[in-house]
Amino acid sequence: MDQQSNILNVSHLVKSFGSHEVLRDIDFTVNKGDVISIIGASGSGKSTMLRCINLLETPTGGNIYYHGEDITNPKLSVPAYREKVGMVFQNFNLFNNLTVLENCMIGPEKVAKKDKKTAKELAMKFLEKVGMEQFINAKPRQLSGGQKQRVAIARALAMEPEILLFDEPTSALDPQMVGEVLNVMGTLAEEGMTMLIVTHEMAFARDISSHVIFMADGVIEEEGTSGQIFGNPQKEKTKEFLSRFRNL
Amino acid sequence: MISEMSFLERIIYLLQQYGTSYLKGAGTTLVIALFSTFIGCLIGFAVGIVQTIPVDKKRDSVAKRVLLKIVKIILKAYVELFRGTPMIVQAVFIYYGMAQVFGIQMGMWTSAFFVVSINTGAYMAESVRGGIISVDPGQMEGAKAIGMTHFQAMIHVILPQAFRNIIPQIGNNFIINIKDTSVLSIISIVDLFFVHKSVAGALYTYFESATIVMCIYLTMTLLSSRLLLLWEKKLDGSDNYELVDVMGIGTQLGSERKEGR
Repeated sequence: MDQQSNILNVSHLVKSFGSHEVLRDIDFTVNKGDVISIIGASGSGKSTMLRCINLLETPTGGNIYYHGEDITNPKLSVPAYREKVGMVFQNFNLFNNLTVLENCMIGPEKVAKKDKKTAKELAMKFLEKVGMEQFINAKPRQLSGGQKQRVAIARALAMEPEILLFDEPTSALDPQMVGEVLNVMGTLAEEGMTMLIVTHEMAFARDISSHVIFMADGVIEEEGTSGQIFGNPQKEKTKEFLSRFRNL
Repeated sequence: MISEMSFLERIIYLLQQYGTSYLKGAGTTLVIALFSTFIGCLIGFAVGIVQTIPVDKKRDSVAKRVLLKIVKIILKAYVELFRGTPMIVQAVFIYYGMAQVFGIQMGMWTSAFFVVSINTGAYMAESVRGGIISVDPGQMEGAKAIGMTHFQAMIHVILPQAFRNIIPQIGNNFIINIKDTSVLSIISIVDLFFVHKSVAGALYTYFESATIVMCIYLTMTLLSSRLLLLWEKKLDGSDNYELVDVMGIGTQLGSERKEGR
């Protein structure tokens, strides 16, 4: 494997809440340009794993290496790391006190310390990409769910991250709004954005992913290319889980 | 003479004789209430913000954690002490106690502002803390996810929303302060209530003077709550927003674009 293209290396990751072990011995690698879907039943630990990767949850054990640097090391600056690892949430988490444009500008301006003009250009560039440039003066409460999520994606992109994490980005949306968000994500994948996506949209995961991870009971039960997992799953649990999506 | 007047005539007489005294007293009351509410809010924000600083056992140094713990205990004690004792006692305690025990002559004005400010601060500290924790935790996560520090997230995202949530509490405290400054007459502050006691005592017109003073207090509090509501509305902003013309986007935005039309 080319060392240059390796972005994230998760090794023996463990997370427990009290005596409840949510994640056990998780290992996987993310290379530049990978689009990895993480699928599995609710409660299998998918979201917790994603939240561990940008340290919104503190891992109980194991290591996460970002370009060879261990981010679980207490001496490392967490905010500086999170700048490079964008996150899109199920519930959008747009800043309610700011307009659409301000939501996308505040990261580049206050965190990346770019000047106002550059921050505005960046924000507009990505708002245009997600088709929300008309709504720059709106407040989040005035937008529909799909619109909010597209702004949230633009906000994450405006930090120019190396990798984007999506935590069930369409689960809080009405069915007719799911499409507009998936379209944006599809475009990003085509452009070579490195993405890690926790999702219940199986058809989308099958079509977009270069790699699929199937999780069950806090472990990675099976992983492989999209074709392997959806076309020819090996493990019983994978087969059983996917059999519920017959229309694939 | 005054004993032969009717109720209304007595009120008119009092207003003619002591109208300016009443107004001056009301002015004093307002000044103390306004200033102390303002300082109290600053204290409350400072305390509330410190109280909500999170501790990371893995990443924060032992020294920082111990210091923070001690500061939090002191602040908690301050809040409990001043919320848990009557302001009238605090006023006496500080005005006379400072002089006797510490040899500090605070003067009645300094004592008055001091007592009402720290009293308001103790109440506001809890309101601010409540305001901060009532903001959806997702807002903090969203801020952290784009690389903000706790401090940046507080300044740009959490506090603006918390502030909006506690404006009713600020108004509440201001109105309480307008009324409760009356206890300061115990350390001889010539506020509205002090004027009432003097006038009523001199002429034996307790009911008449109290009627006047009630009306003045009510006018002040009603006006305040109306003004605060207007302020809230203004902060909430418009329900409408303008769509921006897509053509030529990136060069002209929002208001700049409108001017160009």
